[in-house]
Amino acid sequence: MRTIPTLLTLTLLAAGGAHAADTSPAAELTRFEAETGSTADAARGQRFFTQTHGREWSCASCHGDPPTHNGRHASTGKSIAPLAPAANPQALTERAKVDKWFRRNCGDVLGRACTAAEKADVLAYLIRLRP
Amino acid sequence: MLHRCPRIRRRWALMLLGPLAATAVWADSVRLPAQTPPLYRTECGSCHIAYPPALLPAASWQRLMGSLERHYGTDASLDPAAVQQLSAWLQIHAGSGQRVGPAPVPQDRITRTAWFERKHRALDDSVWRLPSVKSAANCAACHSDAEQGHFDDERLRLPPGLPAHYRHAFLDD
Repeated sequence: MRTIPTLLTLTLLAAGGAHAADTSPAAELTRFEAETGSTADAARGQRFFTQTHGREWSCASCHGDPPTHNGRHASTGKSIAPLAPAANPQALTERAKVDKWFRRNCGDVLGRACTAAEKADVLAYLIRLRP
Repeated sequence: MLHRCPRIRRRWALMLLGPLAATAVWADSVRLPAQTPPLYRTECGSCHIAYPPALLPAASWQRLMGSLERHYGTDASLDPAAVQQLSAWLQIHAGSGQRVGPAPVPQDRITRTAWFERKHRALDDSVWRLPSVKSAANCAACHSDAEQGHFDDERLRLPPGLPAHYRHAFLDD
């Protein structure tokens, strides 16, 4: 008799969009390094993060420079939680979110998808940051 | 306790003026629906707050959800299953009646609805451009509990840097 409520609870949790950590910043860095076949460079990631790329916004426009504190969305002004894992334990702990936001934000900042090497560099930079 | 005074006055007004006043107060009570899907808060509440769906008509939500890859200058695209689920929910809870009439909303922007413009008529661009506000889309700059879906006048706060002559706009309705 206890199985049904348990199943129901699990189903509701899944349907409700409850997110659980399924990766770690280090694992994501390893993933992109493996994809590109080279070691990431945190200094290059910092330049990539803080500079513009031919468009209006840089990554830092919304996430802040350095992204160890709340950022603010460049057009709406909404507060954005810190991207640096040292300042926000939830940052970069869901693979789907990592992929979704790289896909969207690289389009907004660069007008194209980011390469695996660029993603690895940015992650190396973010992981190195301390609040 | 001072912040409770407007609520008390409102209660007296309700008792004295009856159903007509009750309708008027209800009309300005903007809330997220009680059963708002967590998906809506996460997917539509990252770059801006999760706006109450009643603030736009169904036709506007339909257009917005059909063009998320070009969403006011940014890519807000979602996977098809999420788009379908959120679109269905938005259609059910879209605005109607007093707040959003049958007329199309320019650019499908909440800030261009007649209701929004009336509620914020005492403000102008200089207020929206304050560094502490940045944009009329940033509800939480003044509506302190906007992220939780509460827009009651009692929870208004003056944004830092607001010139004194605008304060009446926050104290009056």
